[in-house]
Amino acid sequence: MTYAGLDIGSRTIVLVELDGEIKDFRVIDAGPNPLQRCQALVAGKAYTRLVATGYGRRLALNGLAQDTVSEIKAYAVGARYLYPDCHTVIDVGGQDCKVTRLADIGDVQRFEMNDRCAAGTGAFLEAMARTLEMPIEELGEHALAGTGPVRINSLCTVFAQSEVVSLIARGADSRDIALGVHEAIATRVAGMARRLSPKERVVFAGGGALNRCLRQLLSQKLGLDVTVPEQPQIVGALGAALVARG
Amino acid sequence: MSDYRSMWTDLGLDLERHDTLLQALGGMYQDIFLSQQNRPKAMDYFDFVVSEIHGLRVKELVDHRAAGGKVVGLYCVFVPEDLILAAGAIPVGLCAGAQFAVPDAEEVLPRNTCPLVKSSFGFKVSRTCPYIQASDFVVGETTCDGKKKMYEILGEYHPTFVMEVPQKKTPLGRQLFLEEVRGLKAKLGAETGTTITAAGLAQATGLIEGKRRALQRLNNVRKARPVPISGLDALLITQIAFYDDVARFTEKVNALCDELEERVASGEGVAPADAPRVLISGSPMAVPNWKLHQLLQESGAVVVGEESCTGTRYYNYLTPANDGSLEGQLAAIADRQLETNCACFTPNDERLDDIVTLAGDWTADGVVHYALQFCHTFANEAVKVERRLADEKISLLRIETDYSDEDTGQLRTRIDAFLEMIGK
Repeated sequence: MTYAGLDIGSRTIVLVELDGEIKDFRVIDAGPNPLQRCQALVAGKAYTRLVATGYGRRLALNGLAQDTVSEIKAYAVGARYLYPDCHTVIDVGGQDCKVTRLADIGDVQRFEMNDRCAAGTGAFLEAMARTLEMPIEELGEHALAGTGPVRINSLCTVFAQSEVVSLIARGADSRDIALGVHEAIATRVAGMARRLSPKERVVFAGGGALNRCLRQLLSQKLGLDVTVPEQPQIVGALGAALVARG
Repeated sequence: MSDYRSMWTDLGLDLERHDTLLQALGGMYQDIFLSQQNRPKAMDYFDFVVSEIHGLRVKELVDHRAAGGKVVGLYCVFVPEDLILAAGAIPVGLCAGAQFAVPDAEEVLPRNTCPLVKSSFGFKVSRTCPYIQASDFVVGETTCDGKKKMYEILGEYHPTFVMEVPQKKTPLGRQLFLEEVRGLKAKLGAETGTTITAAGLAQATGLIEGKRRALQRLNNVRKARPVPISGLDALLITQIAFYDDVARFTEKVNALCDELEERVASGEGVAPADAPRVLISGSPMAVPNWKLHQLLQESGAVVVGEESCTGTRYYNYLTPANDGSLEGQLAAIADRQLETNCACFTPNDERLDDIVTLAGDWTADGVVHYALQFCHTFANEAVKVERRLADEKISLLRIETDYSDEDTGQLRTRIDAFLEMIGK
């Protein structure tokens, strides 16, 4: 009996296979044709049941998945499985950002999510990394080497980009700019979280949680410990697999 | 369908763009409405009305004008339809609900303006709304700053008369609005050459009340579980109420209600009895704005009511008793209009009570608060709605969106998560 969860995000596709516990997982780029990539990912596999989540979850209903579940519930279920005392989930993904409050018994109680704007999401960080001409993976460490953050006033990805360009032109240290970028995003996410009166344990997941600077700033701003799972990107797919198992 | 091209040409429509609009609308209607399962038979009439959306009804208006009558365009529930009818004129709700005309408006108005305001204006400047083209003048109102200033500019393109709606329901506010109703009466008298009489006004009010009662009856059957009519169909009917012939519309809604009451008696519905029930509350949804209902319905929810200007705020208020004199009736009409619990008032706590009552009586599992983007009144009032519903332990999802489709994916995620949350 193998169950599977497929998280079809805007940037990555994650597959988690589950028997007694996590059997295997894969993280790949979503690319321009995510359905094709999903099909390749599960080709030749036979699952008892597969549930899809993520932005493209409905794509998978064409023969891949038996059911879908929202990312909000999937992350809640996944985080709760990894940390049974989890009461708050923060998920910074490729194009959205969500905060979910769980009840003591694990049900989703309330949630907040950014609207169409990319402020506070992975897309924002990506755009800033591009402007600073460094790989997204290095942006967080680069920022941590900064000494005093430069204030980034705009949270709009497009405006912030021109702000960063003019800061570079004025000779600001790129580490301080990077730190300022993280400050801006952490302030936004923490503000969203505070609307829900976050309660420990706070689990920070999604691709954004790979960024050590963002983790530290979020924890500081919330005044709470923030736990990042070993594989923060797979929490949604894990949740979907758990929903599949029932 | 008859050929209306010469009529549209006479009305000054931009035929090429108008064709594009009608084609898009036809496709949308097919996908969203006609594909629904187990629709009531009496929806045939409303399907017909939509198939003739810029045809037959417009022709009736054009014929009315040819016979010497006037047509008065409006955008808001505060404009008293009965007063217009009593002057022998036809009130008609104008196009304001499509993204189609928004880019035209954005060439003139600021982009950071509510889509309803932009769409209203855009339909005029792009010459694609036959209703405004067929109207002698528009009656606007001061229900928000965006509309108030837009009407000044709209007045450069089309005769526009603005009624002031007060911001507080104080005695002074009521007196002001009564003066505004008198002002509209004078304007109608001057435009139509008709003197509004007590008997004529009483008759017109009777017609409007008949329409409101029919819509209340329709709303009432939505209390049933399973629900006998989809949220989309019920919304559509309220939208049509703004522009269809009043007597015919009332008769057709009542005929539909006969069928729906039979459905309720036999336990027949359009969705499973255990489908999550949602009440929508907030900004108006002008035709063809069906976005939120469609998303909710696709995700398996049933919309059981709209606390909206295209919902209870349009039909729940009836005229208070009065002495039957012309003055007495005008005062009663002014009072009736000001009953509307619109976010343009401060304070507006009665609306919070309305939402709680509707959610309770219609056994809603949750409320979706709908604010049009840049609709500051409803978006800010949502804060109070959220607090009140938390006190009442009613689940709430707040949505802010416009007429475009670009945020559909994110809305779907929120809606799915909300339904998972309430649908236990």
